[in-house]
Amino acid sequence: MVPKIMKDEVAAVNNEEENVQEAATVSLDVNDLCLWYGKHQALYDVSIKIPANKSTAIIGPSGCGKSTLLRTFNRMHEVSPGARMSGKVHLFGEDLYSPEIDPTILRRRVGMVFQKSNPFPTMTIRENVLVGLRLNGVRDKKILNERLESCLRMAALWDEVKDHLDRPGTGLSGGQQQRLCIARAMAMEPEVLLMDEPCSALDPIATMKIEELITTLKTKCTVVIVTHNMQQAGRCSDFTAFMYLGKLVEFDRTEKIFTNPDKQQTEDYITGRFG
Amino acid sequence: MSTTSLLASSRQNNHLWRKIKNWLMVSSSIGSALLVILPLGLVLFYLVYKGAAAINLGFFTNVPAPPGDTDGGMANAIVGSFLLLGMAVLVGAPMGILGGIYLSEYGNEKLNGAIRFCADVLNGVPSIVWSIIVYEVLVVPMRGYSLLSGGIALGLMMIPLVLRTTEEVLVLVPNSYREAALALGIARWQIIVKIVVATAYKGIITAVLVAGARIAGETAPLLFTAFGNLNWCTGLNQPVAALPLQIYAYAISAYEDWHRQAWAGALVLIGFVFIINISVRFMTRERKA
Ligand SMILES: Nc1ncnc2c1ncn2[C@@H]1O[C@H](COP(=O)(O)OP(=O)(O)O)[C@@H](O)[C@H]1O
Ligand SMILES: [Mg+2]
Repeated sequence: MVPKIMKDEVAAVNNEEENVQEAATVSLDVNDLCLWYGKHQALYDVSIKIPANKSTAIIGPSGCGKSTLLRTFNRMHEVSPGARMSGKVHLFGEDLYSPEIDPTILRRRVGMVFQKSNPFPTMTIRENVLVGLRLNGVRDKKILNERLESCLRMAALWDEVKDHLDRPGTGLSGGQQQRLCIARAMAMEPEVLLMDEPCSALDPIATMKIEELITTLKTKCTVVIVTHNMQQAGRCSDFTAFMYLGKLVEFDRTEKIFTNPDKQQTEDYITGRFG
Repeated sequence: MSTTSLLASSRQNNHLWRKIKNWLMVSSSIGSALLVILPLGLVLFYLVYKGAAAINLGFFTNVPAPPGDTDGGMANAIVGSFLLLGMAVLVGAPMGILGGIYLSEYGNEKLNGAIRFCADVLNGVPSIVWSIIVYEVLVVPMRGYSLLSGGIALGLMMIPLVLRTTEEVLVLVPNSYREAALALGIARWQIIVKIVVATAYKGIITAVLVAGARIAGETAPLLFTAFGNLNWCTGLNQPVAALPLQIYAYAISAYEDWHRQAWAGALVLIGFVFIINISVRFMTRERKA
């Protein structure tokens, strides 16, 4: 005996499930994004709504513009000489490219982890994690120590390094270094964490550890991970965007993309039938 | 695809002639390498042979004495050389380092090209020209030779050397560190100071040391600036003795014991340059570890 009103609610919820992109809070809202490196166009009219507190994978063959798209989310592409873009990117409703936005401030809220782990070679593990806070004026020992521990725990690195926090960060193994970089990015408490093929230089066990981390990370922020490894996308993302030749071909729930994609191109890529 | 067998091709290839060519190449490289080392060996040997006898405690503690008086030394010139070197570093290092930072971290291609070209031209300016220019610009208005003008003349010579080397070591800092820092929302100047320069600081110190070693023995820039002094220098605006000047003055004198002291001075000067170079080696070795 379910009251009618309850039934309606259930129906509404189901409806939301269908249309989850609409329902979930949108973290990054990208509209008609085009990007050129000099004369070469790398992105064509990309529009995508990345849901908050979920992990979104961007997959596609190499050179299709995954990194480029990712770097427009924290305006890192502006470092590349000759890069121009058109279109809009909003972070929780705020236009990232409005002239008053300071990219330095933006980057404190949108963190990034790179393909090759890059802990600062002159700094200890502790200094690496805290460098962003310290250079932005945080002096309070208590805050710094708390953040150090919480971020290293979040990056599943605490137990391995807690007894030698003052050793150089570059002395760690490749996988540990990459987790150190994750801790370093998370220390800024970003709203979005961008990861550009964070595991492509790591062995399978180190890769697995980082994939497991993503579940923890998305409770704190929106995770966007670029990978050319489809299994990885399948394992650790809620949503998947498939890109090809600078265009966004399809964006949907990961299960949908992997089991029943709308586009033939996606299916060909997923099934490895790609030329 | 060739159808000749391996054996046949090998036989065709004239083994003996190739061996001779190889031998010629190896022996001429070894010969050239020896020719580089030989002069250094000769110089060191000759300096020790001629100068060692005149080196005693008094040489390091006394000021010059009149000819015939054997307890004269070069204490004032040794100290003077260090004062001049220190002054030169104060002038040349900041300008050179900041210039190198500009070239590596800011700058656009066109302007950088122009700056590099100027630095290379400056590097080629004969040292006597620096001396004359500083004489006109500083010595004449100040109405006298001085430690200040000598240090500035040497410092100006250091700038292009420090600038180019600093740029080289900063460019070697991988871009991934700059990117990582940018992505943390760290301000540009902080990235440069705390990340880039901090990563390359040994190379920068090396650049300053190498430039210092290079100008430590310069005589010409001091001729019309520091001028030399037979006694202690008493102020920034006073003439100052320097090892190269003292060596020069003693070497062209007519007195046997002054000649000997000139050799000793040269040995000490080479010793200092040697020590600087050793410390550079030490620093660069550590950097690799
Ligand atoms: N800094 C750059 N300057 C010029 N072209 C670039 C630059 N970065 C990437 N590209 C080009 O843009 C395209 C997309 O590159 P990228 O985003 O790195 O692809 P992906 O990450 O999917 O492998 C490629 O054709 C690449 O050659
Ligand atoms: Mg890429």
